[in-house]
Amino acid sequence: MVESMNNKRIISFPHMGNYYIVIKQMLQNTLNCEIMTPPPITKRTIDIGAKYSPDFVCVPFKYNLGNYIEALEKGANFLVQAGGGCRFGYYAEIQEQILRDLGYDFEFFNILDTGNVNPRRYYKEFKKVNPKLDFRTFFKAFRVLYNQVIIMDKIEDYIRQNIGFEVNKGSFEKLEKLFYKELSNVNTAKEVKNIGSNFEQKFRDIPINKKETCLKVGIVGELYMLMEPFSNYFIEKELGKRGIAVKRHITVSYLLFSKEHSNKKQIIKSAYPYLKYELGADGTDSISRSNEFAQNGYDGIIHIKPFGCTPEVNAMSILQKLGNDKNIPILYFSFDAQTSETGVNTRLEAFYDMLLMRKESNII
Amino acid sequence: MLQKQLLSSDKKITIGIPRALLYYKHKILWKRFFEYLGYKVVISHDTTKAILDKGISKSIDESCLSAKIFMGHVDELVKQKVEYIFVPRIAGYGCKERVCTKFFALYDIVKNTYNDIKLLDYNLDMEQGTTEYREFMKLGIRLHKNPFRVHNAYKKAKKMQGYYDNMELRRQKDIIEKDKNIKILIVAHPYNIYDDFIGKPILRNLEKQNVTPIFADLVDKNVSVNYAKKISSSLYWTYNKELIGSIEYYKDKIDGIIFLVTFPCGPDSLVAELCQRKIKDKPFINIVLDEHSGEVGLETRIESFIDIITMRKRNLSKNGGINE
Repeated sequence: MVESMNNKRIISFPHMGNYYIVIKQMLQNTLNCEIMTPPPITKRTIDIGAKYSPDFVCVPFKYNLGNYIEALEKGANFLVQAGGGCRFGYYAEIQEQILRDLGYDFEFFNILDTGNVNPRRYYKEFKKVNPKLDFRTFFKAFRVLYNQVIIMDKIEDYIRQNIGFEVNKGSFEKLEKLFYKELSNVNTAKEVKNIGSNFEQKFRDIPINKKETCLKVGIVGELYMLMEPFSNYFIEKELGKRGIAVKRHITVSYLLFSKEHSNKKQIIKSAYPYLKYELGADGTDSISRSNEFAQNGYDGIIHIKPFGCTPEVNAMSILQKLGNDKNIPILYFSFDAQTSETGVNTRLEAFYDMLLMRKESNII
Repeated sequence: MLQKQLLSSDKKITIGIPRALLYYKHKILWKRFFEYLGYKVVISHDTTKAILDKGISKSIDESCLSAKIFMGHVDELVKQKVEYIFVPRIAGYGCKERVCTKFFALYDIVKNTYNDIKLLDYNLDMEQGTTEYREFMKLGIRLHKNPFRVHNAYKKAKKMQGYYDNMELRRQKDIIEKDKNIKILIVAHPYNIYDDFIGKPILRNLEKQNVTPIFADLVDKNVSVNYAKKISSSLYWTYNKELIGSIEYYKDKIDGIIFLVTFPCGPDSLVAELCQRKIKDKPFINIVLDEHSGEVGLETRIESFIDIITMRKRNLSKNGGINE
């Protein structure tokens, strides 16, 4: 099934936020060949991805395809994909077909089923790519990845909630760069944990000027759009610039490793009284989290999704009612390959103004 | 409460079923089940522009056209003041046998779109352990009905649905064997091709050109799901498997394929693409319908497609049936 040309193999994978840093290490530690991080996402990436994608497939597909094409152009000859939930599970077969029809020569492997997190299963799949891989090596690498993802998400969450209030401009970004530099050079889970506690403290030491009455915005929506900042035109950064504390629950550690996410009954309970059933993919989460944001006094909610994303379209019908009931403003964004950046910023600006006005009139 | 109503009046309680989406798959089962339990069943009228427009106004803009039509039918039933509206929730038939996530959410979407609406539902999620029989029993018993009566109602309604499905299958088999016209396989969800507003115009158009439609959904589902593997190895949407398996099954008996998709159908956006890339030995056209689709443009496309097929067939027979 998979040819063993290990010494000539150059493996690449799609981008999603900063996770390439730890994905690359995981693949390096287990697959015994060269791993190529795909070129960073630019306008060209999405343009070329969209050009060869089915017209109305959800946009993460188009981003993936753009990453693959750019990686193949740079010499990658082995592509990996993940899959699970919604349409995402079916991306691999179509992406492979499109790339072959374009004339590229490569191997393609669907290495991860995100619907069913199971190290033993993942080991079996990884072993198909590297037959010499033993479970001990795999599990060690998996533990490193696990801890890296947990600490990355924890720190990025802290950054989102506080970067809007840094006293010295650029202090958060500077430390973040340092953090990732150290995180990309680890060998054991213990090292990761040490780096983690070390940097958690360093981040807490960054001086901030954050009042109790600051604006708080919750972000919900489709997982790729939330975790790949380019795809949403850096909305979280824009919010931070305006002195807003941003909270987002959807991260890889939340989706793959947290008990909260796997306890479906609890998620539906948290969505009371809006849901009887799950909406598909993470649509249910969008409702539960929005419900919590409303209950916890957040000033506004932003819902981000690709155009046509059915689980999130499902959620929107219900969010509209929730927003009305709880009197909390919800701003809806729908992204495709040609969404206008100016349009996004204009709407963000207007939303921000509205939140400020509401806050001020409430305080008075 | 329900029991009080049953005692106090002779009038039957009405249950409204929207003539949309999965109604086309289960219409006999659903209607008969409730009728055997003593309810009056009201099906909404055939889709009209008014229903579509109402559905659009009640839906999120990016919903697929088929779901918007569904909401229009729900609205019709609300206006008709039926006692209950029936909106089942389907998630899937087992591992790697799922359905579009739209069906996951229909119940909750309808519930949250209307204040004061009474819905009846069942939840079919076989991967989580529910079965159709158990769900219908739960539904019937929830309606305060005698379990034996519910059991019999389900069994009888299921049988009726089976007879109907077999009859449709036989009719199509007959057509395939006897009809000498050009035959085009319509690969489309039943709720699209049989819908009066979006599907029937296409069928009328084909009829005008003396073309016989062969319906991809009229096939033994177990057979077609197996045949689907020849086209796609990783497909996990059951309804799509049933449809594309039909392509392989009917391939030798048809002259061309029309893939009919409503915008922006999630599963079809990928499945149609794959089919288009992999099916090279039969003329193939992909029609995407949205709420702005003009009938004229559609007619032109279908006519030229049929012209090409007619010419191709003529050439093939001229060359003594040698394959190109």
